[in-house]
Amino acid sequence: MSTKATPILEVKELGIDFGGLTAVNDLDLAIYDKEIVGLIGPNGAGKTTVFNLLTKVYKPTRGSIFFDGKDTAGKTVVDINKAGIARTFQNIRLFNNLTVLDNVRTAYHNNIRYSPVEAVFRLPGYYAKEREIEGKSRELLEIMELGQYAEVTAGNLPYGAQRRLEIARAMATEPKLLLLDEPAAGMNPQETDDLMRMIRFVRDHFEIAVLLIEHDMQLVMGICERIYVLNYGMLLAQGVPAEIQANPDVIKAYLGD
Amino acid sequence: MENKKGILGYLLNNRHRSRTISYTMVAAAYILLEILLKTGNLSNLFTGLLVPATCYLVAAIGLNLNVGVSGELNLGQAGFMAVGAFSGVCVSGVLAGTVPPVLRLILAIIIGMLLTAFVGFLIGIPVLKLQGDYLAIVTLAFGQIVMNLIMNLYVAFDSTGIKFSFVESKFTLGEGGKYLINGPMGATGTERIANFTAGTILVIFALVVVYNLIYSRSGRAIMAARDNRIAAESIGINIAKTKMMAFVISAALAGAAGALYGLNYSTMVASKFDYNTSILILVYVVLGGLGNFNGTLIATVILFLLPQLLRGLQDYRMLIYAVVLILIMLITNNEFLRTKAASLRKKKA
Repeated sequence: MSTKATPILEVKELGIDFGGLTAVNDLDLAIYDKEIVGLIGPNGAGKTTVFNLLTKVYKPTRGSIFFDGKDTAGKTVVDINKAGIARTFQNIRLFNNLTVLDNVRTAYHNNIRYSPVEAVFRLPGYYAKEREIEGKSRELLEIMELGQYAEVTAGNLPYGAQRRLEIARAMATEPKLLLLDEPAAGMNPQETDDLMRMIRFVRDHFEIAVLLIEHDMQLVMGICERIYVLNYGMLLAQGVPAEIQANPDVIKAYLGD
Repeated sequence: MENKKGILGYLLNNRHRSRTISYTMVAAAYILLEILLKTGNLSNLFTGLLVPATCYLVAAIGLNLNVGVSGELNLGQAGFMAVGAFSGVCVSGVLAGTVPPVLRLILAIIIGMLLTAFVGFLIGIPVLKLQGDYLAIVTLAFGQIVMNLIMNLYVAFDSTGIKFSFVESKFTLGEGGKYLINGPMGATGTERIANFTAGTILVIFALVVVYNLIYSRSGRAIMAARDNRIAAESIGINIAKTKMMAFVISAALAGAAGALYGLNYSTMVASKFDYNTSILILVYVVLGGLGNFNGTLIATVILFLLPQLLRGLQDYRMLIYAVVLILIMLITNNEFLRTKAASLRKKKA
């Protein structure tokens, strides 16, 4: 993969300290167009912290993050999403009182815009834009196989469907890079298989890059083209799935001596 | 419900049902009360309550946008009503004699609303940096500050223009000059140009604004920020901006309500708009149901009229009122009745 020109995401010597604790240190990452990359590691290795650094929930103590060729220093969570990074959460965060369809519609906030004045006075722009938002949202729901739930309140969805809805909502922001934090957590093998198919379809259809954190090795080895392994906040190994599976350091980190 | 065709189907589908019910209730109440008024079947006491009732309805609809839809507890709604009331009275006083009453009322409401929206924006800047209980306490304080400022405000008007002061100064007024606001004495000698029809139109206006906003990009952003701040930010929603929008629109509606209220009485003092009034409006909203505007309409009318209807009980009036409030809370929170009501609704749908 490294033969490709410039990466969409490039992380250089990234690090963050919480008080005296170094959570992530000296991390180098590069993700290229239309790649599916895995980020794995034992519990507490700092994987979610990396996601929070990439999306500016945390400000890095050291190092830099380049997205789409631009330095992201000083950007906010909102800016990062506008720039083209969307994410899902390890502990599901949906808009529980809104319907499934409205959850996705909400995420078109910045890509299909009209003013509150157009909304309050129901000017023609409102109807045209709302139709566009609804059409695109329903398309995303079909892709994530949530069409049947469109009018259901998000908080009442089955667990697996909630995870898929988070992906649909993230995709509605029309990102170039999608960050998935344990998308298969709590899913049975059949659901995980379906999810893998959907992630691949989303990548091909929307031509985006995907970086995912996952403990389910069936999913990681089945879908990721490259894998980064994190341990104690540092990069332990990187490579294609077969290399990672054979790497003695990785096996040691997971299973102990 | 989804597969019904035609206009009736449109009016009763999930998205439009609640607003159809709201508009129908308001229109039906208006027609009924107008008939009673015209045929002389309404007591003087009751007739006098009509305009204030519409004022509280508008203020409560606005507050429900802030508390129910945006999820921020606001205890300063009466302060915003005060800004609208006294600016509306000033506008009407200045324009008296040159502009016909109907147009003057409209102008007073519009200017009262815009000025209150601006005050809401200024207050919103520090207040919306806070969350939860802290936000509630600060809005309560701001409501009181606004009320106290107006209690010490002197505004007079003559042929040379409008004069403001915060000290009890004796303005040297020219020919035909008069005080519009006289400090703690409040607004006096106001021409009563508010009427029930204007109040009803204002209620409909408030409902249209709020419903149209909720079913739109902005409304979804406001509800998303309420449901999950972190997720809302992650999809690119500016939390501060959406919270501010709800806060300002809520204040603006309170301002419009205040302007109408002020022009319904010949004298009015600022102490009318203390925190008790804010709490009263909040009670309407909470008992009607957060985010439920039909509930707000019903709760406001019942709870506004109740103390007046209990006048016969004299000293026991507020005691009974409190007992009724507690009973309503117990009933609406009763698990058995809630599940019954939910299953009934499901059967219907």
